[in-house]
Amino acid sequence: MLNILFIGLSLSSILLLIALGLAITYGAMGVINMAHGEMVMVGAYVAVLSGIWLDANLLVAIPLAFVVTALLGLAIERVVVRKLYGRMLDTLLATWGVALLIQQAVRLEFGLSFFGVHVEGLGPGLQHVTTPAFLQGTFRLAGVELNAYRTFIILVTAVLATATWWLVYRTAAGMQVRAIIRNPNMAAASGIDVKRVNSMTFAFGSGLAGIAGVLISGIRTVFPDMGPPLVVDGFMVVVTGGVGSLYGTLLSSALLGEINALVAIGTNDILARAVMFAVVILVILIKPNGLFSFKER
Amino acid sequence: MVLKRRDFLKRSAIASAAMAFPTLTRHSFASEPIKVGALYSQTGGLSVAEKLLANGVLMAISEINATGGVLGRPVEVVVEDGASDPRTFSEKASKLVMRDRVSTVFGCHTSASRKAVLPIFERRDAMLFYQTHYEGFECSRNVIYSGAVPNQQLANYIPWIVEKLGKKKFFIVGSNYVYPREMAKVSKMLIEQAGAEWVADDYLELGHSEWSVTVNKIKESGADVVLSNVVGDSVISFYREYINQGMSHETVPICATVTSEIEIAAMGAEYAVGSYTSFPYFMSIDTPDNTSFIERFRAFVNDPRAVTYHSLEAAYFQVFLWKQAVEKMNDLSASAIREGVRGQSFQAPGGLVTIDADNLHCWLTPRIGRWGSNGQSEVVDAYPAPIKPLPYSAYGETEQSLFCTPAGLDSSRLSG
Repeated sequence: MLNILFIGLSLSSILLLIALGLAITYGAMGVINMAHGEMVMVGAYVAVLSGIWLDANLLVAIPLAFVVTALLGLAIERVVVRKLYGRMLDTLLATWGVALLIQQAVRLEFGLSFFGVHVEGLGPGLQHVTTPAFLQGTFRLAGVELNAYRTFIILVTAVLATATWWLVYRTAAGMQVRAIIRNPNMAAASGIDVKRVNSMTFAFGSGLAGIAGVLISGIRTVFPDMGPPLVVDGFMVVVTGGVGSLYGTLLSSALLGEINALVAIGTNDILARAVMFAVVILVILIKPNGLFSFKER
Repeated sequence: MVLKRRDFLKRSAIASAAMAFPTLTRHSFASEPIKVGALYSQTGGLSVAEKLLANGVLMAISEINATGGVLGRPVEVVVEDGASDPRTFSEKASKLVMRDRVSTVFGCHTSASRKAVLPIFERRDAMLFYQTHYEGFECSRNVIYSGAVPNQQLANYIPWIVEKLGKKKFFIVGSNYVYPREMAKVSKMLIEQAGAEWVADDYLELGHSEWSVTVNKIKESGADVVLSNVVGDSVISFYREYINQGMSHETVPICATVTSEIEIAAMGAEYAVGSYTSFPYFMSIDTPDNTSFIERFRAFVNDPRAVTYHSLEAAYFQVFLWKQAVEKMNDLSASAIREGVRGQSFQAPGGLVTIDADNLHCWLTPRIGRWGSNGQSEVVDAYPAPIKPLPYSAYGETEQSLFCTPAGLDSSRLSG
């Protein structure tokens, strides 16, 4: 039983990893960022490329991926998203377009393949990342055999979630973000530089996605199309948890991950996914704003 | 990653330039090129695998042209892109057969795309040469199946696992579509015949990459061997999760039917060391024919690290079977090719192959490979000679009682 709970926890932590960045951008800014999955993909490719070109292991790739995807997020915010605040459906379309562009850029090696230049690690093929030796295999804890890499993911996710919570609830910048979540116009009137805070928030959310990508690259295949299914999972968690609520995101990812594991052990993965979506639909029917949304004033 | 992206346009331009040369100097009708089609995904999710197959076909044709073509005429390939989409495959097949008027198309990779183009080939009476190992359960007068059918991958495999590896409890795992489920059907028959049992079978969505639960189930099932019919990129995350959860191919090996040199290269060979695959062809087959084939293929795709595998070999040799059929009949029509290709043999890179006179499938030699740390297999067991393809073995077809006959499918046997 502990075994199943552990698997559920590891599924939850992957959901949370992806949803954390989304919860911030969608919750704080009302931007449906369809390119979030591609940020994860870029993070995964940073891990692949740093393995090939820098001979660096996964741990080095984590800060690297954060920086790369945060900068990419900043650029996207400046060029595309900034013009579309308050137009939620337009951001959906625009960021979806951005997602396609990023996918193609990786697939075509930033266009270099047209000139016959091949960047090892990019391209349409499947890539893999070698996990460091101490993260391979299993170890025993309290009589349960635990998968070392999955434990590592859970720990990193816990650290990231705590850091995010601290930033949002314990710093001045976080207070500005929370003010913008509640009422952007009032926040602006109180002297908060909404544009600047928004672009920083977007960059931070993207950076989290990059870290998620590095961690996922250790257990899954890395390829240009890996993004879209991830973003679906992310939105599922955010919507169930309640937009703009970090606690909600945390709890809904735990809930959905454990449901997935329990149903999958009893039956199979295909049914587990169906049940998970059924639960999401049920939650939205009963509490349209998610489990932990703000009370509107 | 060993797969290298090929600039397809560039190469086909070179190919057509090479082919245009004879046409510039042609003097008589006899040297007019023979047109054939090549229908593979050049774009989309399946393009990684299908471009390699297209390369196999194009390489065979360029070799044929270099040695004087077919019936003294050069062969011209019309390349079409199926775009990883069965409907596009069907449209492009119509285009090839009706507008380009080719009587033969080499192509398709998935069963879905083959099923989508089948009506066109049957209605217009054209021939499709199909190289991928597939689930059987098909009997068309318009398709030459040059890849393995289930009995050619499993007939020796299951008894070998039971007797030589001493395994008694199978856990069958596959992707959730027709091929793995048909393979599982044959496997279960053979497992019971061999005096072993299967403890469970589990299927995951195509492209699924979260294996924690399934590997945990395998762990707790008490199975001592895993039979894997998982396809595509899922294979990679499966093998990695398997090792990461502390499983070992030494004690509970994964025995696969799809995992080839391609997937092994993509997952990292260390995750597959000690696991097995059953295929009629392996890159490691140590014959002068195969060594030369690998060298020529690497030169052709301009990638010194390119790998070869079963479907690629079949994509290559099926073109020569077509050539022999055309030359035997001295006729390009589909009916002539169908007649001429029956019983036709060819010394392929992996050994002798023959098209069966009854069911148009290919006689192949079942082999079992054990994967090593260099990403290559060691052939640990092989039949002494090619065996007869039985596309309906899951439904009880045997050599003595054929379901797929020269007159087409004997459907009375299926219902009975």
